[in-house]
Amino acid sequence: MSILVNKDTRVITQGITGSAGLFHTQQAIEYGTKVVGGVTPGKGGTTVAGVPVFNTVAEAVRETGANASVIYVPPAFAADAIMEAVAAELDLVICITEGIPVLDMVKVKRFMEGRHTRLIGPNCPGVITPGECKIGIMPGYIHTPGKVGVVSRSGTLTYEAVYQLTVRGIGQSTAVGIGGDPVKGTEFIDVLEMFQEDPDTEAVILIGEIGGTAEEQAAEWIREHMTKPVVGFIAGATAPPGRRMGHAGAIISGGSGTASSKIAKLQECGIRVAPTPSEMGSTLEAVLKERGLLEKCLVK
Amino acid sequence: MNIHEYQAKAVLAGYGVAVPKGKVAFTVQEAVQAAQELGGRAVVKAQIHAGGRGKAGGVKVSRSLAEVEQNARALLGHTLVTHQTGPQGKVVKRLLIEQLSDIEKEYYIGLVVDRASGRVVMMASGEGGMEIEEVAARTPEKIFRETIDPVVGLTPFQARNLAFAIGIPSDLVNKAVKFMTGLYECFVDKDCSIAEINPLVVTRQGEVMALDAKLNFDDNALFRHPDILELRDLDEEDPKEIEASKYGLSYIALDGNIGCMVNGAGLAMATMDTIKYYGGEPANFLDVGGGASEEKVTEAFKIILSDPKVRGILVNIFGGIMKCDVIANGVVAAARQVGLDKPLVVRLEGTNVELGKEILNESGLNIVAADSLADAAQRIVALV
Repeated sequence: MSILVNKDTRVITQGITGSAGLFHTQQAIEYGTKVVGGVTPGKGGTTVAGVPVFNTVAEAVRETGANASVIYVPPAFAADAIMEAVAAELDLVICITEGIPVLDMVKVKRFMEGRHTRLIGPNCPGVITPGECKIGIMPGYIHTPGKVGVVSRSGTLTYEAVYQLTVRGIGQSTAVGIGGDPVKGTEFIDVLEMFQEDPDTEAVILIGEIGGTAEEQAAEWIREHMTKPVVGFIAGATAPPGRRMGHAGAIISGGSGTASSKIAKLQECGIRVAPTPSEMGSTLEAVLKERGLLEKCLVK
Repeated sequence: MNIHEYQAKAVLAGYGVAVPKGKVAFTVQEAVQAAQELGGRAVVKAQIHAGGRGKAGGVKVSRSLAEVEQNARALLGHTLVTHQTGPQGKVVKRLLIEQLSDIEKEYYIGLVVDRASGRVVMMASGEGGMEIEEVAARTPEKIFRETIDPVVGLTPFQARNLAFAIGIPSDLVNKAVKFMTGLYECFVDKDCSIAEINPLVVTRQGEVMALDAKLNFDDNALFRHPDILELRDLDEEDPKEIEASKYGLSYIALDGNIGCMVNGAGLAMATMDTIKYYGGEPANFLDVGGGASEEKVTEAFKIILSDPKVRGILVNIFGGIMKCDVIANGVVAAARQVGLDKPLVVRLEGTNVELGKEILNESGLNIVAADSLADAAQRIVALV
């Protein structure tokens, strides 16, 4: 078991004829992901990376029975691509595109209200259930099937965490990059809830960074609802303050958004925090050992 | 992207937002002339991209042309240090010469994108002139908010709610509503990330005006606002950061001596954290982003080396969308081009990692390969 994606997930790539879309579609197919088609307006009827290309998402869904899509469309057109996928009633839409205007995402979120699609991202590495399904830009080979969930705001830091686990023989159930943009489809708590309910996830690594208050809210949620151990890391402890004029944004949610305030909140909620990014794996390993879960999580 | 106060006021005026009469001046002579047009008396306001100008002496009320001249001379070409400029301050190159306002009371109005709701929120407070951060910390109950539905926009009733809550006189509420509506329209139309009017003033003549104005724009949306892009003042930005932005690199200069090149903002911050943890000091934050080309990596390298403080470089790349061989080729090309004579530690992992390592090994350059982030940080700290 896993969350969000598995071996039965049928994926289409929006923007499949672009260089990033094509490269990562090929990588996904090589990994074993069931990629069933692609969409590029005007290129319908052609075949790319061995899969059929359609003009619209609706048509692609009708013809292929896809239930998930991944978006590599350029930023100016990405919000529209997300809404097209949502209107086609896909269960899951993962938007990799970086640099979408924030107010475009405000509209997208409003458009999604009352619809059942889950959006991951934008500006995220994607989602992978090791050995079953890889949707996104993460390097597949660093992952190992197993029982630890990973959720992160940062792309490359997710790889770092996964790699440290794999090196220690600890596999992953699913790794989810929720993306670093201020307005996005899925928050930490949504993913934590799924990991808590997933019978094959035994523990979770949560990777946050400075800015906003999502980590603080996640910490409180963990204290109230989570029985599985969670280990945290917050990037940006040494970032110089005040470079971005983001304070007014933080005020609304009522927090300062610094690394130290986030770390303090995580610890207060009983979450072990890795002191450096190099110690995410070893910190989790120590916690698993204390809880008697390590044997269960080691790859046989 | 930031713009100057006088530019922000001009943009806002286009949306029916009331602002005092004023003119920009680049010289003392222009300042005097502008003041003459306003009847001889004026406020002389230093135009730099930083808040706290008033307290730092950058805003001077001048009661005569002689005073205008004296104040303009004292500000132009001189460095202004505010709590937002850092200790080095900023050189004043432009002034706003503005009519004096007969202020009855000051208020605060701001617009931001709220992460939690995913919507634009208008904030208002009767504590004008104070920094909103300070008001939020001391008296949060004095800040009022309205969350705006992007489909219908800011409704008049929401604007009235705020106007009454902060104590705008009843007979001026309609003017305040017009002001707020215009401000919101501008925010959405121009893809602002922050709009702050602090203070908004009510004058003795019954006007509702923006005495100061700060507009920040979403960099990701500038492609559809060539008019706003024209307002960019390169004098206000670090030349290395300008050079970096040309190549789509995100660079922030810091005070240390270890240059960093990393992919991904989170990993870049984590790399800086790790360098510090092992006793080093990062010289910069540099995120080469996704989809980098060999040229982009080469430019990133040159920018790092243009900082004379840099004594060594740490490259930490975890390739996903970015392929390790591309990074390796960029590093080798750049090192050759600039004749690198400083220690270089490279940690590569991810897509095409073997190919990347091969390129580095066969380059014949003196590059230290590291196995992990901790290993890389320790090695570069030991070398500088």
